Amino acid sequence: MAIPTATVKKGPVSLNKEEVLRYSRHLIMPEVGMEGQLKLKQAQVLLIGAGGLGAPLGLYLAAAGVGRLGVVDFDVVDFSNLQRQITFSTDDVGRKKSEAARERLSRMNPQIQIDTFETRLTSENALELFKGFDIIVDGTDNFPTRYLVNDACVLLGKPNVYGSIFRFEGQATVFGYPGGPCYRCLYPEPPPPGLVPSCAEGGVLGVLPGIVGAIQAMETIKLILGAGDPLVGRLLLFDALGMRFRELKLHKNPACPICGEHRTITKLIDYEEFCGIRGEETVPVTTGIPEITPRELKARLDRGDNLFILDVREPHEFQICNLKGHLIPLGDLPRRVSELDSSREIVAHCRSGKRSADAVDFLQKAGFRKIWNLKGGILAWSDEVDPSVPKY
Amino acid sequence: MPVRVIVPTPLRRFADQRSSIECEAVTVGDALRQLTTSYGELKKHLYTDDGRIRSFVNVYLNDEDIRFLKQEQTQIKDGDTITIVPSIAGGAEDAGLRFIV
Repeated sequence: MAIPTATVKKGPVSLNKEEVLRYSRHLIMPEVGMEGQLKLKQAQVLLIGAGGLGAPLGLYLAAAGVGRLGVVDFDVVDFSNLQRQITFSTDDVGRKKSEAARERLSRMNPQIQIDTFETRLTSENALELFKGFDIIVDGTDNFPTRYLVNDACVLLGKPNVYGSIFRFEGQATVFGYPGGPCYRCLYPEPPPPGLVPSCAEGGVLGVLPGIVGAIQAMETIKLILGAGDPLVGRLLLFDALGMRFRELKLHKNPACPICGEHRTITKLIDYEEFCGIRGEETVPVTTGIPEITPRELKARLDRGDNLFILDVREPHEFQICNLKGHLIPLGDLPRRVSELDSSREIVAHCRSGKRSADAVDFLQKAGFRKIWNLKGGILAWSDEVDPSVPKY
Repeated sequence: MPVRVIVPTPLRRFADQRSSIECEAVTVGDALRQLTTSYGELKKHLYTDDGRIRSFVNVYLNDEDIRFLKQEQTQIKDGDTITIVPSIAGGAEDAGLRFIV
């Protein structure tokens, strides 16, 4: 992957007349002024992820006149992204996020350089990619990449402006600042996988990443300007529902394996393996789990077979759409297994077939013999049998 | 000593949807044990099988990480708050904490 070389000039630069007008509200502030705006113009910031967090980040950093923005995202705009990824509009559905973001940010500010990297960030490309930038902003969505970004930043000595969200809570801090902690100081290890991914516990208030992403943009600008107190050694916790901000202290951990006194990590590792998910993609959850396809299920129901449909989703999902099954959320199944009759034929389903596979596995171990997993879940039912069932 | 324990969003479903719980405790460890006794399903999310706090969960007494205090033996004063802070990863998409069933 060719990395565009920086054409942003280092050293003496100036603002043209249009830029002076564009940034006038910065220039008239003593905390920014011409000196500060020139620092912004010379800054090179890399955004990892152009999604919920990346959207407000990109918009505010472009608006502020950061001279070079890099955007790393290999994904395509999906209809369900529009609830929160505000760089994109309905017309962008189906387009590459990196391209749609570049277009939106360029229209906002044609004066800056925008470089897009339509690639997955890996141990092979991270160091090379990060080298050309001053500050890295982490807007990713998974643990392996969070650890990869952290480690690459520590190894290169670059600040890592971190933000993360979950439903209606957010966290923000600055890792990798000289003398400050890194992500591993806070969380030496990721949560283990192989546990039930909580699809139903996902979901997010769309505006939440807007707030956290804007906080990340603010911290990035402060680092560039050298103004105010950045969130180094401070974890900002935001509770959107309670509308409360709290702050916890983050300490550099002397025993941190990558930034501590006796570091054991000196190069990038295999992060999927570290997070324990290597091989998960190739080993289907459904190995050994008896399955029934939606078409097969429909055929059997039409024939009048006495099947018991077990829905292991959450109540709010049942309200979106359902197959009129008996609802026992997966987490409640161990407690409520007595509601099931093992002499009946049971078809378990969830949204996409993962949780129900675990339900079938659990029930088989509990002695149930006539149990099947609906392959692909209610999403596949909508695709293959009844398109009037909404997908979500 | 009375202490308030703040339950993070991902764990509220195991604590009757409560965002915080009041209890009486001498140490942080006491408070967490009471929490997991009252809400049994929380236990496996906070503790490993051999009784250690899980490494992807941080516990704070007020604004200090107990790893930098006296771990679970950290003494509680009147008016203290314990916050449980799990690692979350959502950002570009909404993938979040994984759960243990």
